[in-house]
Amino acid sequence: MPSIVKPSVTNPGLERNALGLTMRDYEGGMSTLCAGCGHDSVTAAITQALWETATPPHMIAKLSGIGCSAKTAAYFARGAHGFNGCHGRMPPIATGASAANRDLLCIGISGDGDSLSIGLGHLAHLVRRNVRMVYVIENNGVYGLTKGQFSASADVGSTTKRGEANHLQPIDPIFLGLSVGATFLARGFSGDKRQLVPIFRAAMAHHGLAIIDVISPCVTFNDHEGSTKSYLFTRQHDVQMTVTDFVPPAEEISATIPDQGVISIPMHDGATLRFRSVPEGYDPTDRAAVMEHLMASRGRGEIVTGLLYIDEQSSDLHELGNTSAQPLTQVPFEKLCPGSAALAEIGFR
Amino acid sequence: MVFQTDVPQRLKVNDFSLKLANVNGTGSSSANNLLVRAIFRMGVPVSGKNLFPSNIQGLPTWYEIRVNKNGHVARARRYDVMVAMNGQTYESDIAEVVSGGYTMYDSSWPLDKALIREDVTYLGVPLAEMCNDSFHGPRERILMKNIACAGALVAMLGLDMEVIAQLLTEQFAGKDRLRASNQTALRLGYDFAAEHFDHPLPCRVEPMDATRGSILIDGNTAAALGCVYAGATVAAWYPITPSTSLMDAFTKYCAKFRRDPDTGQNNYLVLQAEDELASIGMVLGASWAGARAFTSTSGPGISLMQELLGMGYYAEVPAVVFDVQRTGPSTGMPTRVQQSDILSCAYASHGDTKHVLLFPAHPAECFSMAATAFDLAERFQTPVLVLSDIDIGMNDWVSPALEWDDDYVPDRGRVLDAAALRELEVFHRYEPADRQAVAARTLPGVSELGAYFTRGSGHGSDGAYTETPDQYQAVVDRLTRKHAAVAEHIPAPMVADKAHAPLGIVTLGSCELPVLEAIEILAAQGVVADYMRIRGFPFGAAVRAFLEAHETIVVVEENRDGQLRTLLTLETPVPKEKLESVLVYGGYPMSAEEVVDGVTQIVGS
Repeated sequence: MPSIVKPSVTNPGLERNALGLTMRDYEGGMSTLCAGCGHDSVTAAITQALWETATPPHMIAKLSGIGCSAKTAAYFARGAHGFNGCHGRMPPIATGASAANRDLLCIGISGDGDSLSIGLGHLAHLVRRNVRMVYVIENNGVYGLTKGQFSASADVGSTTKRGEANHLQPIDPIFLGLSVGATFLARGFSGDKRQLVPIFRAAMAHHGLAIIDVISPCVTFNDHEGSTKSYLFTRQHDVQMTVTDFVPPAEEISATIPDQGVISIPMHDGATLRFRSVPEGYDPTDRAAVMEHLMASRGRGEIVTGLLYIDEQSSDLHELGNTSAQPLTQVPFEKLCPGSAALAEIGFR
Repeated sequence: MVFQTDVPQRLKVNDFSLKLANVNGTGSSSANNLLVRAIFRMGVPVSGKNLFPSNIQGLPTWYEIRVNKNGHVARARRYDVMVAMNGQTYESDIAEVVSGGYTMYDSSWPLDKALIREDVTYLGVPLAEMCNDSFHGPRERILMKNIACAGALVAMLGLDMEVIAQLLTEQFAGKDRLRASNQTALRLGYDFAAEHFDHPLPCRVEPMDATRGSILIDGNTAAALGCVYAGATVAAWYPITPSTSLMDAFTKYCAKFRRDPDTGQNNYLVLQAEDELASIGMVLGASWAGARAFTSTSGPGISLMQELLGMGYYAEVPAVVFDVQRTGPSTGMPTRVQQSDILSCAYASHGDTKHVLLFPAHPAECFSMAATAFDLAERFQTPVLVLSDIDIGMNDWVSPALEWDDDYVPDRGRVLDAAALRELEVFHRYEPADRQAVAARTLPGVSELGAYFTRGSGHGSDGAYTETPDQYQAVVDRLTRKHAAVAEHIPAPMVADKAHAPLGIVTLGSCELPVLEAIEILAAQGVVADYMRIRGFPFGAAVRAFLEAHETIVVVEENRDGQLRTLLTLETPVPKEKLESVLVYGGYPMSAEEVVDGVTQIVGS
């Protein structure tokens, strides 16, 4: 199956961002996913967030593993390099890319099979290193490309199309992240782009690893009655913990959410993250309280969404490594090679 | 205290071997190191081989020292002097002493019956007793016992006490108390031996001038320095014996040379990964983004890296891997030597894959081949694996001084910058403009015009996904040509064929010393052989020519299955029946004796 090239037709009336680019400029190849796939909505939200933040496309690095989710990295930001690696191995590849060039905006697109089964270990260690990147888990509870096996995020009792129930405990990336020191955790729903876009924008500005778990229904294998990752089930059980607004640096705060009860968090680059808690007293900066809240919500069978946890203070990979501010790829060779005189001085006699 | 045998020991100046049998975890390594370094500084060729267990404390460990004025310092299998400090191994240790040789033992206790042989002279030194009297606390007493033992050996081998004193001064600079206790212990042993025994022994060291311009260094340190000099900025690894010291040394020298004096920030990043799948992933990610990146590992790590090595090959991403080989299969014997990853590295990963290999033989080559590896990896946009082993990697070798050419310019291969991209009508990642084997690549963060999607899935010359036979084959056929094109850039084999003998001995890596020694011994026995040491894969014209020019070829290597021999039969036109094997794979470094025996059997039959 050859890839499908998207015709580049541009409406001259399209709005342009600070770089003079239209939303079309942030699109990628034509999606080959099933019609109605949640992933395409996630792609649209990422595209919009990139356009809104006027990110130079060539500074984006798109990384993915294997699976339906992995394909979506090809469907946005055609002006960016992409790396579609091996199954589950995106986190180390992204770590390497970020280590080499800290100026890149790394966007990792993964799925529940990629992140919570074969690559679970890598994800946990990516969190520990606090690699500065946006990490999206397009979570549908099912292996799509291999036709409908349960994934590690499938809820107990959720059924396959043929009616078989899952009996294994699910792995929840938000709980995983909380327990291993994640600094940005959010959950969205592919059906709610209004909520997703500001979360992505905040994630792009976050000082460290930002994990966004997006419930993204699989229309072909997991959208039936009995599934807990269907559009209908998600809509019925979605409980927003926070409503998020993102204000870029040097921009006047013009609230899209009512001011009442709004908490502002300054981001490292000068932007402001504003959010309002929906349940009163929900504080996304208090790890222990968040854990408690989410445990209770899980007990009630709720699918909590919104920005769930944020810590803007922890050191990221490069701070932990005291790496030069200049990307390592740009340090001139003269600064890297100590030269023959130094070699003679070492001695070894 | 001295049990003197009647078997005479002939005078062996600068030509003997010595073995210290110890219990591991008792701190014998600094004493061992002291002896080898002193002999080296006296200008005498020497080797020290640490045969240690995969264990932290309590199991047998040996240290073998071979002194040879002609530079034949491969492993000896029989010893002129045995220092028997481990009751667990008395029987096997005493069996390895040459007739007329010496055994030093701790005479704080009576000589164990298991150690007694009629044709060996016993030198009893009351090490424990002396150290108990002079030092406090069990830890110090045990440590100093080793130093006292070294002191006795200094007297018995005729080592220069001034050289020893200088070494202690250097080693304990700024640590006066430690220096003093070491000096005391050394003196205890020395004085006791000097007072009680005829010294030095017939096997002794006398000053020479054969190590001037050489250094004493292990291969892992040399490889690490090579990576620093080659400009590697990102290193990712997972701890594994025997490669750990390579990354330790890289970190150490980066801290020394790579901290920006103005900003105090690091021009490097070392990532300790969660496993080897991650470490090779990090290397690919960093290389893809434009850094020189590498990992160091050993056999089990190579197994774990297979999938991503295949991706590096197919998606044409540079990577450098140092494989410090150990004994396999499976966990095998982690602290023993083999060259048994040759095939799993040459064809690492599923599908049709072929990699570029380099085979260093000693620390100086570990150093120089680091830059070669990065140059090849970037020039040919492919993983390059440097196959060292634990003998080269972790033992101290007398090595030619490391040399660095200040005019070296890294070969970054074909990389298009923004200006070059603007000149192009269209950028196709996998389509060389000039029909060469390597297409130009682009780096993220440079220009939208160079954007492409790197993938391990089927792709055509334009980099786009494909499942079409022609498009797929265009890429993989070029990869075949590309791999073949590397051959003439691999360091040429080391050949000694002046004899024009019909017999050729082919080897690689750390087998060099025992094979060269064996060739001399064989010549003295009337068996003349030419020599070729292969330094990398794919094989070039010089390798093929040597194989063609010799009637019989014996391939000498350290593995059970003759992996180099197999690779030669698969990858050159040499008829299989022309190749014979001498294989040493029990886990200890090869000795010349084993090569002589093996070749004699083949030639004699």
